[in-house]
Amino acid sequence: MTVFLLRRLLQAGGVVLVMSLLVFVGVFAIGDPVEILISPEADQIERERAVKALGLDLPLWQQYLVFLGKALQGDLGRSFVFNEPALQLILQRMPATLELALGATLAALVIGLPLGLYAGLRPHSPVSRGIMATSILGFSLPTFWVGLMLIMVFAVQLGWLPSTGRGETVEILGTRWSFLTRDGLAHMAMPALNLALFKISLVIRLTRAGVRETMLMDYVKFARAKGLSPSRVTFVHVFKNILIPVVTVVGLEFGGTIAFSVVTESVFAWPGMGKLIIDSINVLDRPVMVAYLMIIVLLFITINLLVDITYSVLDPRVRLEGKS
Amino acid sequence: MSLPAVAAPGGPTLEVRNLRTHFFTRAGVVKAVDDVSFTVERGKVMGLVGESGSGKTVTGFSIIGLVDPPGRITGGQVLFQGTDLASLSEAEMRNLRGNRIAMIFQDPMMTLNPVLRIDTQMIETVQAHARVSREEARQRARDALGQVGIPSPDERLRAYPHQFSGGMRQRVAIAIALLHKPELIIADEPTTALDVTIQGQILAEAQKLCAQFGTALIWITHDLSVVAGLADDIAVMYAGKVVESGEVGAVLDAPLHPYTAGLIGSVPSRNRRGAPLSQIPGMTPSLLNLPAGCAFRARCPRAESRCAEPPPFAEYLPGRHARCIHPYIEEAVRA
Repeated sequence: MTVFLLRRLLQAGGVVLVMSLLVFVGVFAIGDPVEILISPEADQIERERAVKALGLDLPLWQQYLVFLGKALQGDLGRSFVFNEPALQLILQRMPATLELALGATLAALVIGLPLGLYAGLRPHSPVSRGIMATSILGFSLPTFWVGLMLIMVFAVQLGWLPSTGRGETVEILGTRWSFLTRDGLAHMAMPALNLALFKISLVIRLTRAGVRETMLMDYVKFARAKGLSPSRVTFVHVFKNILIPVVTVVGLEFGGTIAFSVVTESVFAWPGMGKLIIDSINVLDRPVMVAYLMIIVLLFITINLLVDITYSVLDPRVRLEGKS
Repeated sequence: MSLPAVAAPGGPTLEVRNLRTHFFTRAGVVKAVDDVSFTVERGKVMGLVGESGSGKTVTGFSIIGLVDPPGRITGGQVLFQGTDLASLSEAEMRNLRGNRIAMIFQDPMMTLNPVLRIDTQMIETVQAHARVSREEARQRARDALGQVGIPSPDERLRAYPHQFSGGMRQRVAIAIALLHKPELIIADEPTTALDVTIQGQILAEAQKLCAQFGTALIWITHDLSVVAGLADDIAVMYAGKVVESGEVGAVLDAPLHPYTAGLIGSVPSRNRRGAPLSQIPGMTPSLLNLPAGCAFRARCPRAESRCAEPPPFAEYLPGRHARCIHPYIEEAVRA
């Protein structure tokens, strides 16, 4: 286990390094922030002073080395726009996005697993067909449209739920969280559901396919031949076998939601990281973009590691590399 | 819940009468089991023999009540110690399964759940039928493992199936079948996937257990040599029907049905060295929309026009039935 973790850590370092280079060059290629940041009325001397202050006068490779050197000390640069450390800027917004993504993923599991299980166990019942047909909608309806419809129905027509913002928050360890207050939860409900819709459909389909496949296995028939109750066969013998694909996909989806829930955050004016990155791209705020992408890379590496560890818990045949 | 007291003490453990199990598929009705009858006495071994697709396995699943849709038992009776199993509710059947009727499957690599430890899979079986503590259940599981010859059972209980070899897994499956000392065990080709030496050990084990507990055993196989060594009685299946049944020695020495004769002739050791192996020409017919009459007639050396009529399952010699209108009676009488 230790050897496995060490090796993964080294690999992660390599991935981060390569990503940082790609991101740095990529962001550099998008455009020159000077044009946007410095007022057009500024004269040549002011421009040059500003460019020098931002460190944009150095050649690209020097800029990159400076960035790397600072990054090693935990400094991912200062935002051109807010004049605050980029990292701090992102971490401030992170709880909002994190709780939204967690809420959505939780909803996907709580709703998706039982429905998928039912559809897998009774594939020919009308209810199952209904579930599967609805899941296609979950896949194909565009997020922004569903978000707008949710606001139309639940905020405008029925007036049950607030349409924008995070609502009341509670401060824990210096960060603000919505999910601990009633008002915050009410604010979270619609955006989380909106994000969850696609994931619910995904979990339903994965679970159903897994159940259908596993039910045909000899060990399920053998379990029945042992005289076990149907619930024991389903929830112990079948369920544990279908969790592996579900864990994989839900893990990756979770990362994706944290990184790219831009649309939902915009529709519901949720002050998360997604809105920050879009705003930053608009004004070519390079340090924020780079820092953001670096954090996302780290996030995915961490999630993949957790997924791998979960595998070894779920399936005894999976041995983590290096654990002889 | 419990069945009525055991019928007559001398009565057979299992009596299958005219059992029919059909599969209703889109392409048509597959008569996987079509008029199968046999009897298994207490402590006896019944060899159920036939080629792949002859309906042996479906017969086994029909007895234990695990035929999955689109299959359905459409006729006949399965009498377990005098009780018609069709009259039992699903809960009563479940109480019987793994408790008084146990089953062992063909492929030991597939019968144990790969993600559950052996102790989990054994203890749940004990607790499904007996109100005992976990500790007591573990004791019984350990004893059962020891009984089938698994060394250091305490340790092995904590292992996962993939840490066992095929032969060891089959022993675990047999141990699970033995947990409640069932009156009947249905073994579906349990040694087919194993080495010959392991097969021999498991056969000896099975024989010992039958004698010890008076367990009746249905041994489903396509291997006549296994049946010859193990079984007391034999039933030969072809295309969903029992075509011949009787005492194993008598049937193997002088078969009545041409198909049985062909099967015996196909065993390589019975042929002379250097001589071409004898074989049954053709292949098993599709069970889908099988024509009336004897299903074997297209491959039979004795076929004639009368074979297009369904032949009766008649007792030609005392205790010996065959489904054929021109059996090898003279040969059998001479033998």
